[in-house]
Amino acid sequence: MAAEKLSTRHLLGIKDINRNDIELIFETADNFKDVINRPIKRVPSLRDITIANIFFENSTRTKLSFELAEKRLSADVVNFAASSSSVSKGETLIDTVNNILAMKVDMVVMRHPYAGAGQFLSKHIKAQIVNAGDGAHEHPTQALLDAFSIREKLGEVAGKKVVIVGDILHSRVAVSNILCLQKLGAEVMVCGPTTLIPKHIAQLGVKVEHNLIKALNWCDVANMLRIQLERQDIKYFPSLREYAMMYGLNKQILDSLDKEIIVMHPGPINRGVEITSDVADSKQSIILDQVENGVAVRMAVLYLLAAQND
Amino acid sequence: MQKRTLLDGQKFQITIKRLCHQLIENHNDFSNTVLIGIQPRGSYFADRVKHELSEVLKKSTIQKGNLDITFFRDDFRRKHGLVSASSNTIDFIIEGKNVILIDDVLWTGRTIRAALDALLAYGRPAKVELMVLIDRRFSRHVPIEPDYIGQQVDSLDSQQVRVSWKETEGEDKVILISESNK
Repeated sequence: MAAEKLSTRHLLGIKDINRNDIELIFETADNFKDVINRPIKRVPSLRDITIANIFFENSTRTKLSFELAEKRLSADVVNFAASSSSVSKGETLIDTVNNILAMKVDMVVMRHPYAGAGQFLSKHIKAQIVNAGDGAHEHPTQALLDAFSIREKLGEVAGKKVVIVGDILHSRVAVSNILCLQKLGAEVMVCGPTTLIPKHIAQLGVKVEHNLIKALNWCDVANMLRIQLERQDIKYFPSLREYAMMYGLNKQILDSLDKEIIVMHPGPINRGVEITSDVADSKQSIILDQVENGVAVRMAVLYLLAAQND
Repeated sequence: MQKRTLLDGQKFQITIKRLCHQLIENHNDFSNTVLIGIQPRGSYFADRVKHELSEVLKKSTIQKGNLDITFFRDDFRRKHGLVSASSNTIDFIIEGKNVILIDDVLWTGRTIRAALDALLAYGRPAKVELMVLIDRRFSRHVPIEPDYIGQQVDSLDSQQVRVSWKETEGEDKVILISESNK
């Protein structure tokens, strides 16, 4: 049985939480998964809390998932998208957030293009912060829901071998996933072209492999990341077609392995690039389970953080 | 710390039997009635009641579920500490059924208030009744009263009533605990 309380007031990154916290989040998420599969998918726990979703960067899935999680906990929700706001008129981050807080908001879920934006904000304002992705730094709830999905599928995370394939260099999902899986006792490998693997990543204690087939033969779970063309200011590989041929996962490769591995993807999928349609829609893929679990895990995070505020 | 036994041995068994017969009086063969134990401790009581009813009625189809009320509590963020949730297992439809809510101890009534809320997330029962083993009377915070009572006790707020079960703690017993300095 995990601890009764989180060790933190904010969820800024997996780096700041410990294994007990993660296990408490998972146990709570089990209960919320039950809630969201009922005819009435709502509990009144956060009925006196207002949450602002502040997204300085585009997001569909994460924003929707957080919003559903908040509504299913009966919180009041306000949404804020930077593109349609005063940010484009030159307002600073603190001013924007303070203005929103002046309207009595208790919790802020924020996505921001700069690493450390959540950290910075947590030092200057009173509300609790949940990081929904900050630059290429961390995306803690994605890592939690990925690990939760592995736990659900394989029974536990400890001792499992997970390979993260693709654009590690620009991926906050990769960083948070590595930290989260390691805290839970899994072995992690990263795989991709040399240009997309950060130089010092091995210092995090992960294996590095450049051959996809070797990596897949080693692992129990393959987490296929999207190539983030929007973050790539220079060319890291000759063409998408070449990347797909070297690092794309197709049914032929999957069937040639001597064991059944689990295929994950944080979305959005570029079908035909990092993963082909027949793999994405295969029995081994748990991509849609990840999405479902995302709501339950985010409910658990919000619920447990709200409990801290006494 | 002082302990006083409220119920044990044969009297405990007689009390359970009496409650079951009272239930049968009102619900006949339980064809449209289900038992719901409130997690965690009420579900032990509900298990026992189900077992007893099955023997008396010679029927093994009595339905029993567990209801967790953690997310429906009204003291979230108000009291220190967080109580972890337990699982909900209600594998049947409660819509239109008679539901017997079962808990071990009734004190302020707030748990039952939350349980009524939690229950409605599963549908609209025809009728809800409340059965408790121990009723700490005159201490209610909300207007809730039980339909079936094992035993009523008069107790102080500082005292604690603890029910233990043969299946989980090795002995059927109810004790009243008071701090010795009070």
